[in-house]
Amino acid sequence: MDAALPRRIEAPGRAGFDFKWLLIGACVLLTLYLAVVPLGFLLWQSFFTPQTAAKAAELTLGNYRQAYGSPDTWILFWNSLRFAVGSALLAFCIGTLLAWMNERTNTPFKALFYALSLIPLIIPGILFTVAWILLGSPKIGLINLVLQGLFGTDAVFVNVYSLGGMMWVDGLHYSPVAFLLMSAALRSMDPALEESAVMSGAGIVHVAARITLPLVWPAVFATLLILFVRAIESFEVPALLGLPVGIQVFTSAIYQAVHRYPSQIGLASAYAVTLLSLTAIGVYFQSRLSSRGNRYATMTGKGFRPRPIDLGRWRTLTTAIFLAYFLLIVALPFAVLLWSSLQKFYSVPSLEALQNLTLDPYRTILGYPNLASAVWNSLLLAVGSATLIMLVTSVICWIVVKTKLPGRWLLDNLASLPMVFPGLVLGLAIMILYLYLPVGVYGTIWIMLIAYITRFMPYGLRYNTTSMLQIHKELEESAAMSGASWATTFRRIILPLLKPGLIAGWIYIMIVSIRELSSSILLYSPGTEVLSIVIWELWENGQYVELSALGVMFILGLFVLVLLAQWVGRKFGIGEA
Amino acid sequence: MLSVAGLCTEYVDERGQAVRAAHEVAFEVPQGKLFTLLGPSGCGKTTTLRSIAGLERPRQGEISVGGDIVYSSQRGVFVPPNRRGLGMVFQSYAIWPHMTVFENAAFPLRVGRRALGRREIEERVLRVLKVVALEEMAGREATKLSGGQQQRLALARALVMEPRLLLLDEPLSNLDAKLRERMRFELKRLQRELRITTVYVTHDQSEALALSHSIAVMNAGLIQQVGTPREIYERPGNQFVAEFVGTTNFLHATVSAPADPGYYRVHSALGEMKVRAVEALQQAERVILSVRPEDIQLSETRPEGENVWKGIVDQKVFLGEAVDFQVKLRERALQSRAHPSLRTRVGEPIYLRIDPDKCVALRATGEWAPGE
Repeated sequence: MDAALPRRIEAPGRAGFDFKWLLIGACVLLTLYLAVVPLGFLLWQSFFTPQTAAKAAELTLGNYRQAYGSPDTWILFWNSLRFAVGSALLAFCIGTLLAWMNERTNTPFKALFYALSLIPLIIPGILFTVAWILLGSPKIGLINLVLQGLFGTDAVFVNVYSLGGMMWVDGLHYSPVAFLLMSAALRSMDPALEESAVMSGAGIVHVAARITLPLVWPAVFATLLILFVRAIESFEVPALLGLPVGIQVFTSAIYQAVHRYPSQIGLASAYAVTLLSLTAIGVYFQSRLSSRGNRYATMTGKGFRPRPIDLGRWRTLTTAIFLAYFLLIVALPFAVLLWSSLQKFYSVPSLEALQNLTLDPYRTILGYPNLASAVWNSLLLAVGSATLIMLVTSVICWIVVKTKLPGRWLLDNLASLPMVFPGLVLGLAIMILYLYLPVGVYGTIWIMLIAYITRFMPYGLRYNTTSMLQIHKELEESAAMSGASWATTFRRIILPLLKPGLIAGWIYIMIVSIRELSSSILLYSPGTEVLSIVIWELWENGQYVELSALGVMFILGLFVLVLLAQWVGRKFGIGEA
Repeated sequence: MLSVAGLCTEYVDERGQAVRAAHEVAFEVPQGKLFTLLGPSGCGKTTTLRSIAGLERPRQGEISVGGDIVYSSQRGVFVPPNRRGLGMVFQSYAIWPHMTVFENAAFPLRVGRRALGRREIEERVLRVLKVVALEEMAGREATKLSGGQQQRLALARALVMEPRLLLLDEPLSNLDAKLRERMRFELKRLQRELRITTVYVTHDQSEALALSHSIAVMNAGLIQQVGTPREIYERPGNQFVAEFVGTTNFLHATVSAPADPGYYRVHSALGEMKVRAVEALQQAERVILSVRPEDIQLSETRPEGENVWKGIVDQKVFLGEAVDFQVKLRERALQSRAHPSLRTRVGEPIYLRIDPDKCVALRATGEWAPGE
């Protein structure tokens, strides 16, 4: 700089400028580090032999040879595919039927439909699966026992320990996701499009085939892809229902490979790379679909409320379907957990067992040695990851939405990259990374914090982006004109205006962090257990009643959190933004 | 006070290509004056304003405010907007919805480099709110204000730190017509009372004419003409200015001979006539004549003087305070504005008279075809 310049304030101006780039640079590096480095290590590790005390790791293609050379792998692949497709289709069919009933017919209980859509959030996968074991196991399953008593036989009616059972439990648990997505698709479709086809002389079949189906097809395909990716990442159901009877999918195979002695991390990595490619393909197609989706935009911006079809007598049927669904997804699972949480030893409901109701399991579980620290760890991780994610992604999102920096699209994609990581794969990748990186993170709670932040970063980004897009550029510029530095503007203008998205995203990440299992299961060590790990351990130990007691309390806690999230969403959604 | 020299700006369009926005823009604004950048959308006026503000980084040029260089491509100086100490009112007002009226106006004082006491902040904010007649609203949520109030709050926020220079980016364009007219007077009164140097950007020529001490008309990134409102309106420098500021009739003509100093005899579609020229013209040079509708005097009896013709009323539109006539004369239609007392019917003959002083000959550039 020229020293002979006219008087100008130099230093403070430059400091403010530098600080902005410092923070932006830090966020970019952090994103890069979190999203890309573990992936690199995972790939790298998949080319090495297991390291033992006797022998150092060496470069090999053996893991892939073992993974792809053996016929078992093809069974694994086939099982994974069948499981994922089956549960995705089941979830889709249930969800779509409910969505149609809710959006286009006069079936009652409409408010309840939306409450039900929160089920996957409130009942964690592991508890839902355990509840369905209590309902559908061949030996102790309540459904079997009731039906056997009814018909006087000892035939097994339902068996959740099967591929079909796995599809059922997983598909049922995630059917609300399909319901939400398909409801949105149906709601945004102007019925005038169908009506004008009718006026042109088309019959019902023609309307469905030529108009309705092509219009909702992108939504159908996107929904199926989302459900497929989610099902193939699913860990709890395959682990709890598949492993005992030897039905393996990729997630459970990865878990077993790590938990063998010696740990076959290389083999697990090879599996993980395959699983990752599957999810990546799914996510890729889904993002392409949504970016082209505008072409099919059936939403015109005009308000319309489709006139619901009067079902007449069929209304009884749809009501019955809805009640059955409610029973299967909420009432029965929760009731069976509640029942078992009130028993000394697990026993089937009967008058006799009714005499023995006790609160002992609650006492036992509250005195469980690890519980206090697990609750503390869970809360710490949930609050920590939610807070850090929302703050970091707010900066990332500011860069992506508000600046014209070259390469900002790359940043956006990098921060969304963890979306393709199945929880277990992410856990594995992070485990490998910190086994090799001597920073003293391995075996501490920090490694889980890193995993959670990486895993849920895309959600934070999504919530922040929605809010950020609504902030007019001039609101920032006027702060700059008022003399505020970038940091001040960000703190006093951007963050307060982002508040609705920040809070909603924060609570959502709290919720998903508290129930996180599939990453934690590879990363926890004694002393850093979280709540979902305690549930997992109770299951392994066969402490069903204690598990149920903890489960009931857990579900109630999550329920309160979700209600809070809804309330916040309503309050801030309308008030500001 | 403000001096802009050789300013060139570019922006990057959706396809990533650099598009020239302003080119070699230069002007000076003296202390206490209101200077307007007037032009159609995309003419570079807003980019110029944002370059002064520091919200955009020009490619070339030099900008100095009160003697301090805030941008200079040559010396590599770029003072960030928050260090320039300028006040700005945005088109959308940019009122922060999460703050009260008071907090909005107090923000510049709170984040300013000079730490102010609570008492002083309160005093200054209330004073500035009083100036814009919002002192009663200080405690209100900013989102509860009406459009006009928001506009005044934005002005108060820009004024509260007593900036050396006030920048206004189409501040009236979001108001409805009635309110806009009232705010125009308000704004003018405030500026004249506070004597604050102001740069005003607008595409509305009547706003520019009503408010400014001087106007720069811009088009396609270039300043077309700088002058007082009267100069711009009565002596447009080229066809673009004549057409963009106000409405006008264009006529092709050829110079036949010089008349009195500054005046020429020309031959046009209407016949021989005497006109005024800003620049010296050559004989036989092709020129464009610009005549404002209100400068064509209509009468039913033949008036005295030069430049008088007889035409036929082709159409007329009653506007209340005036009547717009379209008069046909040798296959040419001329727009004329007359007092509503003139009741000549359509199809009847009428006399036209154009004062030579109000008929401006412009050099034909060929860029802007007269609207015939």
